Amino acid sequence: MNAPRSGQSVAVAGVGMHPWGKWGRNFVEYGVHAARAALADSGVDWRDVDLIVGGETVRNGYAGYVAGATFAQALGWNGAKVATSYAACATGAQALDTARARILAGMSEVALVVGSDTTPKGFLAPNAGERWDDPDWLRFRLLGMTNPAYFALYARRRMDLYGATVEDFAQVKVKNARHGLANPNARYRKEVSVSDVLSSAVVSDPLHLLDICATSDGAAAVVLTSTEYAKRHGLGGGVRIDAISTVTPTFPQTVIDMPLLSTDATTAVAAPARTFKESIGQAAYDEAGIDPADVSLAEVYDLSTALELDWIEDLQLCKRGEAEALLRAGDTTIGGRIPVNPSGGLACFGEAVPAQALAQVCEVAWQLRGQATGRQVDGARVGITANQGLFGHGSSVILSV
Amino acid sequence: MTDTATPAIDGWFTTGPDPALLGSRCTTCETVYFPPASGFCRNPGCAGEEFAQTPLSRRGTVWSYTDAQYQPPAPYISGTDPYQPFALAAVELPEGLVVLGQVADGYGVADLRVGAEAELVVETLYTDETGDRTVWRWRPLISGQVVEVGEEADQ
Repeated sequence: MNAPRSGQSVAVAGVGMHPWGKWGRNFVEYGVHAARAALADSGVDWRDVDLIVGGETVRNGYAGYVAGATFAQALGWNGAKVATSYAACATGAQALDTARARILAGMSEVALVVGSDTTPKGFLAPNAGERWDDPDWLRFRLLGMTNPAYFALYARRRMDLYGATVEDFAQVKVKNARHGLANPNARYRKEVSVSDVLSSAVVSDPLHLLDICATSDGAAAVVLTSTEYAKRHGLGGGVRIDAISTVTPTFPQTVIDMPLLSTDATTAVAAPARTFKESIGQAAYDEAGIDPADVSLAEVYDLSTALELDWIEDLQLCKRGEAEALLRAGDTTIGGRIPVNPSGGLACFGEAVPAQALAQVCEVAWQLRGQATGRQVDGARVGITANQGLFGHGSSVILSV
Repeated sequence: MTDTATPAIDGWFTTGPDPALLGSRCTTCETVYFPPASGFCRNPGCAGEEFAQTPLSRRGTVWSYTDAQYQPPAPYISGTDPYQPFALAAVELPEGLVVLGQVADGYGVADLRVGAEAELVVETLYTDETGDRTVWRWRPLISGQVVEVGEEADQ
């Protein structure tokens, strides 16, 4: 394996989470719980943190209240600098990137990154009011196009192009349910069978209810420091972040994407060599100076079971159209060649948007330290995360030990 | 759909016997946009700010498809009571863009496959105090011919 291209890594001094669930409490409470857990895990005193970055949750009031400062006040004002990020599902990674950039620039030594959310039941719906210039509103008004309907388009394409079956999709759920059984932060810790999935209601053909992730309350936090600081204080067990990719799409974006009603056209400019999701992973590999073959495990955004299969290919862990073969061979199960979602993934967590990308990083950190009790990937040295959300946001983080 | 029917959104599609989506074409770089664009071209290499309205091809190939078996949340307005599930398709047009749409009344996922042909129609989406409000939809074709509703059962 090559060394990171830039040599510009930062240390993961500590990680922590508030368990995912439907707790019905305020997001600040979850965020503080996760932050205190990460601080305790790192051994860093909150008063030594010089930067706090919050992942913004859009569903809990106006922007001022849901910003990083809310967590800083709740933890007790300590004079730290503050920043706030919004990047849909990539919010946590973008917050992490803000902290990393300041550490690498020498403007910060110890940063705390927090993401927390509390979510409604059922389909995620747009904000109220008549908003004829908002694609997120128009897709519901004109088409009735829910998030699961987009996931179903991708799933159906796998079936018609690569011969995927609904049993394959169900098998992803079975695998992830088994992975998450012993994860204390997972919301769902119960074995699921293929027939459980196939006998659950079809939401958007071909996806059943159990193919689609729930929405959850939850929070995750990461203490990030310079590698020198971590070394000096003996923090973090050597876990580093070698890359954070937060690239935007390249025009023309030719894959239909939530919440849009259409793609860009290739009339004047040809489609780029890589799709948006492929480019997210490639940018992370380039930054870390590693190849997909170096990866020990992946935490990917399984908003639906079928999307996990897309991500495996987008991250070049196999060739396009071969993810079902990997799944069927058990390669993506813990103990297999390239375990995917050893945490149990969104299948076991449900999505807590501004916390989810950080939760992926927490899991990889525990795996690299050998502390993922009951779901440990043996000999894990390099982990990659990936996610994509609304409005051209996505991220991939590479960690190593 | 009555004679007094009006589009649910202005300026996005024509009505009449051969309806078409109304895109906009950047007069500088020729990139076509739907929904219609104005003000600035999104091609990163183009500073264009002028657009010409351009009807898009009425036929394309199915990129993928699904359906909505549960009633979507507001601001979706169901055209039927009780709610009737409907299909959705993403259709790739010769202009090089994919456009989502509901599938025409009476057709479901069994009538569709990736790569098949589909044609644009205009149908009622819902009815409000002004009357029927219409939207563009995709109707499946086989060998360029309209598939009769229910025909898929024989194939």
